[in-house]
Amino acid sequence: MTDATLDDATLTTAQIRRAYLAQTRRKRSYGAILMGVFVVLMVAGFHTADQRNAGGFWSGLHRFFDFPGEVLGEAAQKLADMPAHLATYAPALLETINIAAASTLIGALLAAVLSLLSTRGMARWPRLVPVFRRCMDIMRAVPEIVIALVLIFVLGGGPVPAMIAIAIHTAGALGKQFSEVNENASLKPLEGLESVGATWAQRMWLGVLPQVSPNWFSYGLMRFEINIRASAILGFVGAGGIGYELRNAISWGKGKYDEAAAIFFMLFVTIVIVDQISAKMRQQLTHGRQTKEQGQ
Amino acid sequence: MTATATALNVNKQTARQLFARKRMINLGLPVLVAFYLGYIFFAFDVPGLLARADSENARTLVADSYSYKTHVTRDNRSGDISVAIEGERKGSYPDGTAPAWVTLAPETGGDTRIDLGTGHLVTLGADNFVAFDIPGYGRITAQPSRARGVNATFPDGPLPDWINASKNRLAVTTDAGRLSVTRNQTQVFKYALGWELFFFTLDSPYHGLPVSEVAARAVSGEAAAIWAEFWNNKMWRHADVAWALFETVLMAFLGTMGAAIVALPMAFMAARNFAPFVALRFAVRRVFDFFRGVDALIWTIILSRAFGPGPLTGALAILITDTGTFGKLFSEALENVDGKQIEGIQSTGAKPLQRYRFGVIPQITPVLLSQVLYYLESNTRSATIIGAITGGGIGLLLTQAMITQKDWEEVTYYISLVILMVMAMDSLSGWLRGKLIGSREDQH
Repeated sequence: MTDATLDDATLTTAQIRRAYLAQTRRKRSYGAILMGVFVVLMVAGFHTADQRNAGGFWSGLHRFFDFPGEVLGEAAQKLADMPAHLATYAPALLETINIAAASTLIGALLAAVLSLLSTRGMARWPRLVPVFRRCMDIMRAVPEIVIALVLIFVLGGGPVPAMIAIAIHTAGALGKQFSEVNENASLKPLEGLESVGATWAQRMWLGVLPQVSPNWFSYGLMRFEINIRASAILGFVGAGGIGYELRNAISWGKGKYDEAAAIFFMLFVTIVIVDQISAKMRQQLTHGRQTKEQGQ
Repeated sequence: MTATATALNVNKQTARQLFARKRMINLGLPVLVAFYLGYIFFAFDVPGLLARADSENARTLVADSYSYKTHVTRDNRSGDISVAIEGERKGSYPDGTAPAWVTLAPETGGDTRIDLGTGHLVTLGADNFVAFDIPGYGRITAQPSRARGVNATFPDGPLPDWINASKNRLAVTTDAGRLSVTRNQTQVFKYALGWELFFFTLDSPYHGLPVSEVAARAVSGEAAAIWAEFWNNKMWRHADVAWALFETVLMAFLGTMGAAIVALPMAFMAARNFAPFVALRFAVRRVFDFFRGVDALIWTIILSRAFGPGPLTGALAILITDTGTFGKLFSEALENVDGKQIEGIQSTGAKPLQRYRFGVIPQITPVLLSQVLYYLESNTRSATIIGAITGGGIGLLLTQAMITQKDWEEVTYYISLVILMVMAMDSLSGWLRGKLIGSREDQH
């Protein structure tokens, strides 16, 4: 101890200054090298992507507004038909929203069980925690489209393949977020419940759920926003809902662009409204929790 | 005394009400969920779907994912017999050769014998004659001709349901293999475990060699040739698949990083404490909302009209959508920045740009990096999906393989690769997050 202070004391200011500057220089040069590598990667990446694309970036750039222009132009011409189109596609939109809602719900229920089974201190079978974690990792890694396409082959087109596909991914993604929430929950209520002979399900229902439900709910809402988009995309590959109608309208080409515009519009408005509502609700959830904590 | 008693009563009352409400929620929420799922059950017509579901499709899919079939085909007009794995020209045996379970005409002196195992024997005789001996059932024969159909004969008794016969078509499905006879051709399918020709195709000099032999040859200087044979495998196209995976990751990388680069300066304009005017802040926020609201799906459609299918289109679609997302997240992070550090930098006489560089950026870097890395992983998945729509990367290969509805072993292969790719990106982004901003987990 005394040696160390002696050593420090013997260092002159000039030495310290030199060491500091050298360190800064080294840090800066690392930063510069990293930046250089990053820039090279970006430029080379865009170049490669541009080469592999059917149409080049620069040759296509001026055509960027052509398609939206055509769609909007036709929609403007047939503006009188717009309310009728909106009414026609309302059921399809409802189906898309239902796919998202049902898959979020089913996925969240699955995620709740999986997350409880894979949190230390709460798991029903502590030895199997890594197994359930791996399960969630795999469910999270599978892109929805893969399961949806396979299920469309087996079950035929329609909303159910999309619902199952999104639910599986949701279960994995929410499961991870839920178990992060679980880890912050207090284990004391569980011990209390265990001492009075509660079963595992009772312990979870009465001891854990009240602690974690606001955060779970908040994550679930965020997932619902994501799933609305996913269900629209899956519709585009044949799983029903508004995405399917959109593909039909677009592949028809000119003449149905007013319908495409109506669908674009409905999808946009739905996404914005759901985002806004969910953001409000999530803020209320976290805000409500904060006041409760302050009250304690 | 009475005052405290009334206060207590009021407290009790409110507590009771609270309990009652909690109980209502406890009971009501599950009921509501059950009710909604019941509605979905009928709205999505699940009973009808289950009735229509094709279990045959499911069986082929599962069987094909871990096994392959070899087709033995006789053209009834020319009498030529060909043997091909999965019936593809790329998997054909050269003329005059066949796997061990097929005995070609020259060796037997007339008939071609196909041994499907466990006593199942198909004989292709002269003049298009076919016989199928099935243990425990008997002998099925057929004499296809253009004029009189397939002319099938069966042992006595009713036809079992695994035989499907009509005037012009005969199909027999057994566990050992399948026989299909039409007027134009006779086909025998034999299933075997595994992904055949995964390493080398039939025309490769290394096909069928034991691993030790291939390894020995690799050591003795043929490694490059062996690698080329494997890499350019015509059946499994390893080189194309690797390139498609790379393209998908490239889309995700370019899209995410590009979005972060575009969003950062815009986020300054959208943050309450940095925006020069309220009007600008409002406008930039609406731009972010617009980018996010017009979903990746719509951006993909618009972009593929302008740039055609390919990885650039996918990368730009991710870039535009995530610019909106990042803009929102970054501006929120910027609004939470501690002003004291900036003041400190300002007191040393720093110009605005220097204030941002040394006062703000170090504060938001961890949040920023963790968000970007999280989206990098999530966008790998999106890039697969966008690739399926625009035509690029592994998503395209996957949809192509699915549309043919027969190469399920390739579909299984691609799916495994996609899952491995996403998991690898997940680990990579987690590792980078740990390296760059310390071991703290997700910051969002």
